[in-house]
Amino acid sequence: MKIHEYQAKQLMADRGIAVPAGIVASTVEEAVAAVRPLVEQSGNPVVVVKSQIHAGGRGKGRFVEHPDVGGVNVVLDGIEGGIEAAENRVRELASRMLGSTLVTVQTGDEGKVVNRLYIEQGIDIDRELYLSILLDRSVGRNVVMASTEGGMEIEKVAEETPDKILREIVDPAVGIAPFQCARLALGLDLSGDAAANFTRFVTALSHAAVDWDSDLVEINPLVVTTDGGVMALDGKMAFDDNALFRHPDVEAMRDVSEEDPAELEAKQAGLSYITLDGTIGCLVNGAGLAMATMDTIKHVGGEPANFLDVGGGADAAQVAKAFRIITADANVKGIFVNIFGGIMRCDTIATGIVEAVKEVGLEVPLVVRLEGTNVDLGKQIIRNSGLDVVAAEDMKDGATKIVELAK
Amino acid sequence: MSVLIDKNTKVLVQGLGKTGQFHTEKAIAYGTRMVGAVHPSRAGTSQIFEGDTDHSGVEGRDDTFRVELPIYATMRQAVAETGAHASVVYVPPPFAADAIMEAAESGVALVICITEGIPVGDMVKVKRYLADMPTRLVGPNCPGVITPKECKIGIMPGYIHQPGRVGVVSRSGTLTYEAVHQLTQLGLGQTTAVGIGGDPVNGTNFLDVLRLFNDDPATEGVIMIGEIGGTAEEEAADFVAAQMSKPVAGFIAGTTAPSGKRMGHAGAIVSGGRGTAAAKIEAMEAAGIVVAPTPTDMGTAMVEALSR
Repeated sequence: MKIHEYQAKQLMADRGIAVPAGIVASTVEEAVAAVRPLVEQSGNPVVVVKSQIHAGGRGKGRFVEHPDVGGVNVVLDGIEGGIEAAENRVRELASRMLGSTLVTVQTGDEGKVVNRLYIEQGIDIDRELYLSILLDRSVGRNVVMASTEGGMEIEKVAEETPDKILREIVDPAVGIAPFQCARLALGLDLSGDAAANFTRFVTALSHAAVDWDSDLVEINPLVVTTDGGVMALDGKMAFDDNALFRHPDVEAMRDVSEEDPAELEAKQAGLSYITLDGTIGCLVNGAGLAMATMDTIKHVGGEPANFLDVGGGADAAQVAKAFRIITADANVKGIFVNIFGGIMRCDTIATGIVEAVKEVGLEVPLVVRLEGTNVDLGKQIIRNSGLDVVAAEDMKDGATKIVELAK
Repeated sequence: MSVLIDKNTKVLVQGLGKTGQFHTEKAIAYGTRMVGAVHPSRAGTSQIFEGDTDHSGVEGRDDTFRVELPIYATMRQAVAETGAHASVVYVPPPFAADAIMEAAESGVALVICITEGIPVGDMVKVKRYLADMPTRLVGPNCPGVITPKECKIGIMPGYIHQPGRVGVVSRSGTLTYEAVHQLTQLGLGQTTAVGIGGDPVNGTNFLDVLRLFNDDPATEGVIMIGEIGGTAEEEAADFVAAQMSKPVAGFIAGTTAPSGKRMGHAGAIVSGGRGTAAAKIEAMEAAGIVVAPTPTDMGTAMVEALSR
């Protein structure tokens, strides 16, 4: 699960991790009202207006409705014109940004609607660095990654100048050690107050990442201020869905408007579903088999419309729900049901499909491949239903048939 | 011969809830030597499992079974009383990591964790805890391990398996069933099938199982089934190229999976350009592994690898 920048900064602030002062706004009035307290508190006449969406590249992103406005705007008007000038500029920006669609390299062409802005104090920046904490799967431990190339896309840095990425593996029994922080600081060419503040920042963030059960914490950029402070100018966080049960505070930060409605609906029904661009809907049991079904469809010349794993213990009602989610996708020109029954019985799947088709109707071709536990009973249920279903011998045969029928 | 488990393996079950009971009954019907359960709230009692065995009608084997399974409060107690070699964990996700560590501390040689949805952070700690211990963990989020007609530990359907010549190791449950089914249809059968699970941090990996199969005289070839995410398949391919003396066939799921999306399994994700199916297939083919273009071709890929 992802959260917004302002939420990530709130979590960091709660742990004593340095972030700029900021106020979240969902209306133009709230945005304008944020300016005065921020300027008075920080003594810095500059404020920044930042779009809050679950996608990176906001600074270089542009609004569909206002191509001259970027996703992140530094307001300098207060330097000469005072607070009122800053407020006027924020009003102008907020009225264009709120409710408009921001397109960035990560949103796709359709973009994302900005419903919230984060108004933040200006910071006098000396240097921009990169810092992240994530799982290193090859060792089964967290790794802290740091780089002097702040503000850049880290994948690009990793590809072009891999020696500019510093890595420290964190022992889960002791957490990140002071010597590791010192080694990172040295590699980043930090000294004096900045090095001490960096060590404090990294140590606190590394411990917090474990406590939060985060999948990823990315601070890009991490800035060194002109007075030697170290703070998070941006903050991106994702959390382990399997650990949310022990973090109700994080779960409460979920923004459902950022999630695919079909995926959300599937999740609530206990199904694992991901929307794709193709035309062949898939209903499969097991994540590996579901992925392999998509691959096989592609292999025989089609394009999968979704990933859908009904899981090992689905009942007929869940199967019916899965079927309805697939048929609700207007791009779907054919459906392929691919089941290898283990604990999940073929007759359960068959009953679910028949129920669903009777309820929602069937306007596209349907190919069903059943194998495994109670396979004969399952096939019999489908045959006796009188539905127009094409049976498949195996997975490849099924994929070939549905791709042909959907043409 | 086989790897990890055989007809002499004595097994404990941790977590005798609905799922644990269901699969314990299936395991006993298959012939697995279930010797006890750990379920603190029912400690001191027992549960009777009875019914028809999977081998009813087979000469020299029992048609029915009746087992009274003692239930213990702790793993230490259960191991002391039963002399168990292995345990299988069906404990719910919030408590599963603790169950694995308790099993390791009790001294069982093998812990197989079926539970799906254990927080990654918990598994990081478990892996650290197990690092200095002799206990081997298989899983979590896996179907388990089966040596056909001898011992079934986990949730796989027993009847599709057949004793034979090929070792199977896989990150995916249902794709394991596909491979096993094809091997049975082709008359090749299986020595042992090992599900290593779909989580990003797990116990036993491809490399460990390939090593075991390489040393097992009965295993003539191996099918390894991987998927997107991580680099375990690449590491396994390096081992195959350098040290494996037996033919290997394989399949990788997720060629069409979009980047940055978790495909059902917690570990099945391409992030930052790493863990792609293409990179894995390339590494495997370079190591001489016959990679099946679709799962339907896994059995024939094994036949081809064996004939080389």
